[in-house]
Amino acid sequence: MQNDRLIIAGRELTSRLFVGTGKYKDFAETKKAIEASGADVVTVAVRRVNITDRSKENLLDYLDPKKYTILPNTAGCYNVEDAVRYARLARAAGVSDLIKLEVLGDEKTLFPDTAGLIEATKILVKEGFIVLPYTNDDPIVAQKLVDIGCPAVMPLAAPIGSGLGIRNPYNLKIIMEMVKVPIIVDAGVGTASDAALAMELGADAVLMNTAIAGAQDPIAMAEAMKYAVYAGRLAYKAGRIPRKLYATASSPIEGML
Amino acid sequence: MAESIQILVNGEQRGCRADATVGDLLRELAIKIERVAVELNLEIMDRKDFDRRSLKQGDRVEILSFIGGGAPVNVQGNGRGFVHAE
Repeated sequence: MQNDRLIIAGRELTSRLFVGTGKYKDFAETKKAIEASGADVVTVAVRRVNITDRSKENLLDYLDPKKYTILPNTAGCYNVEDAVRYARLARAAGVSDLIKLEVLGDEKTLFPDTAGLIEATKILVKEGFIVLPYTNDDPIVAQKLVDIGCPAVMPLAAPIGSGLGIRNPYNLKIIMEMVKVPIIVDAGVGTASDAALAMELGADAVLMNTAIAGAQDPIAMAEAMKYAVYAGRLAYKAGRIPRKLYATASSPIEGML
Repeated sequence: MAESIQILVNGEQRGCRADATVGDLLRELAIKIERVAVELNLEIMDRKDFDRRSLKQGDRVEILSFIGGGAPVNVQGNGRGFVHAE
């Protein structure tokens, strides 16, 4: 599938699998899993440096920012003020203007607070950020985010870390048809078939963390996800057959005894 | 010997030389400046000001960098901190 590159805000990406970096055993495992996934885009969180134990290594010692597109996120922010603050800190920490914007609404579901998300997006877009918003599977909100200036939107498949897979394929499909920017299905994927399904629906990419990091063998799952995203994309481009209630024989009747 | 002042670094009290700059503090903590963001009294600093800005008594310094994340692990204290699973 040559020339099937995904371009987001002028960046050309080879892989349609985006990965998170949380929940791994250590940085060495993080690095191996990311390599196995073939991902170009890697999302990271912004947190206080451990000043009492300086032996703690830096994640960027393991993930070369020249090799990967580092996508800082505002994970853990429950209001507009915090999300904007973390986005600005991420930019100051010096990778780029890219931000995966999360404004969470509630600790139990980690569903996005879409009103807060829209407000924070307006502020950050005005400040020149390239905002990739983590949003609900709501087509109207997705369109609003695009209107504000997001070069892609990231609707969830299911709650973060739930592994429930694609809960509302019809809404995702409507978003894909309605919104004229790349759609990255973010959060809720549990296994390879979920990722393949997202891509078969027409998603431009899938972002996941827990499905890989939480697997019994994260490195093997990372590889499985690489192929799932690729297979799903190929199937989408190939165009599946329509679903029919009754059988259609594959072998000709002609020549039978 | 220079006078000592008290500052707050990532939420912890810390003594430092009265004429020390933010850059001095980062070097003392062995932190690579190219990978951190520094917030001084809630204002994000430009990296080129690290060696220009002297620390003052009661300054609140936050030093942040990138960690593993993208999926929250557990909530800490003020409801905004997720930590990387060790």
